[in-house]
Amino acid sequence: MNPDAAPPKLALSGVTKGFDGKQVLRGLDLSVGRGESVVVIGGSGTGKSVMLKCILGLLQPDGGSIRVDGRETTRLSGSDRTVLLRQFGMLFQGAALFDSLPVWENVTFALIQRGVLTRKQARAAAPEKLAAVGLRPEVAELMPVELSGGMQKRVALARAIAAEPEIIFFDEPTTGLDPIMGDVINELIVSCVKKLGATALSITHDMASARKIADRIAMIHEGRIIWSGPADTVGDSGNPFVDQFVNGRAEGPIRMPVTKRFG
Amino acid sequence: MGFVTAVGHAFLEFVAAIGRISLFAASALSHCLRPPIHVRQLARQIVEIGYFSLPVVGMTALFTGMVLALQSYTGFARFNAEGAVATVVVLSVTRELGPVLAGLMVAGRIGASMAAEIGTMRVTEQVDALTTLSTNPIKYLVVPRLIAGVAMLPVLVLIADVIGVFGGFVVGVYLLDFNPASYLRATWEFLEPIDVISGLIKAAVFGLLVALMGCYQGYQSRGGAQGVGRATTNAVVSASILILLSNYVMTDLFFS
Ligand SMILES: Nc1ncnc2c1ncn2[C@@H]1O[C@H](COP(=O)(O)OP(=O)(O)OP(=O)(O)O)[C@@H](O)[C@H]1O
Ligand SMILES: [Mg+2]
Repeated sequence: MNPDAAPPKLALSGVTKGFDGKQVLRGLDLSVGRGESVVVIGGSGTGKSVMLKCILGLLQPDGGSIRVDGRETTRLSGSDRTVLLRQFGMLFQGAALFDSLPVWENVTFALIQRGVLTRKQARAAAPEKLAAVGLRPEVAELMPVELSGGMQKRVALARAIAAEPEIIFFDEPTTGLDPIMGDVINELIVSCVKKLGATALSITHDMASARKIADRIAMIHEGRIIWSGPADTVGDSGNPFVDQFVNGRAEGPIRMPVTKRFG
Repeated sequence: MGFVTAVGHAFLEFVAAIGRISLFAASALSHCLRPPIHVRQLARQIVEIGYFSLPVVGMTALFTGMVLALQSYTGFARFNAEGAVATVVVLSVTRELGPVLAGLMVAGRIGASMAAEIGTMRVTEQVDALTTLSTNPIKYLVVPRLIAGVAMLPVLVLIADVIGVFGGFVVGVYLLDFNPASYLRATWEFLEPIDVISGLIKAAVFGLLVALMGCYQGYQSRGGAQGVGRATTNAVVSASILILLSNYVMTDLFFS
């Protein structure tokens, strides 16, 4: 590697994480360049969400190294961690909206907390942030429980990008949305990454979405990245695991622990 | 042999839990001393703990004062000491029953709701979301509750003291035919500042314990609705036991 080149925005190497003896990540290597959009695909329960939480420090990895801009972050805590997290935005798989706060305060939460906007300014700015994810201004005054699942997801998306982070994580951004809104969100992610020049790491099961938003696709299986390549090569990767996943076949090297009861 | 292992295991688990709670308390208290303080959250908790607990605590104090007057009158009549009713009421309420009963009622009301609210936020990843939005969850969720608990319980207990004495007065005057002026004089006569102050200090400690256990159990909860339910129960039970235990220790420190 060229020693003068800038380090990748995000570099994971040999990351391991287990829960009560059950190993989830088993030496995961992944690197994401500045301004690149990487999509991680992989079966349910293979540790995709755990990987994102390890990078954010919400879970402490058992081993390995996680570098942001070349700087080791696994041991950061307290205020160093807070400062680091300012450049991150995260869309949680389950939206994770604050249910005691109205939508406008959810969306502008980081801006208020960092003192960028006063509450009054934030309330005025919220409709614009909501419009970016296809929500009407009236939504700003509602409480999260009054929204449908898909609307909650979009509010969460607006919240994740409101502070214009440098690195954005999208954990299954299109699940629970109708196909049209799913595509709107895909476009939004693409334009967001382009416009902010942000680095994006997304997780999805939706291959159409993956092809649309990814520069590069990586496949996780049994706690490791087993394949990674440019998005348009995912269809003919030559890797039997990737082939099975992309084509959604039950038969193949990936075995689902399902007991056959019929036939 | 199995029995010994089980007891040993339970004991180790208990020691580990004390360690975890102490670490949590130390981290939360150190955050109380460092800015920023989330003022809006603090205001919300002060209203929640101080204002909305008033009816419950007031009712408890009223009936406690009334029943104390009745019990001590009938009991003391056996050795012609009915005159001590007013003193017994005021000392029992200010020194013991005001703080302890208010603490237990608040443990049921506030401790449970804190554990449920923070627990739900934990299992729906709202606590994680706070972290990713550059907000320390301990500072945002725990610190305002601790400060409000410590600050508001003494206020509640002071009000409870007055209402409790009033309850005793009502029963004394209207049911037991005491002279109102002499009942009040007897109330004041043997009351010393330490009686009230010790009760208020106890109240502050109980407020800390209730808020701490509510926040800790909520913060630690795992595994969906069942986990939150367990956290709520644990918060109320552990806070109640700690209140009774620390009450004994503090009484011993103050009065012996
Ligand atoms: N906090 C936790 N405690 C214990 N086990 C956990 C925890 N979080 C995740 N796990 C386990 O780790 C494994 C991976 O979980 P993860 O949420 O990362 O899956 P995923 O790849 O995101 O799946 P999906 O696509 O269904 O969201 C699962 O088996 C899960 O049971
Ligand atoms: Mg997941």
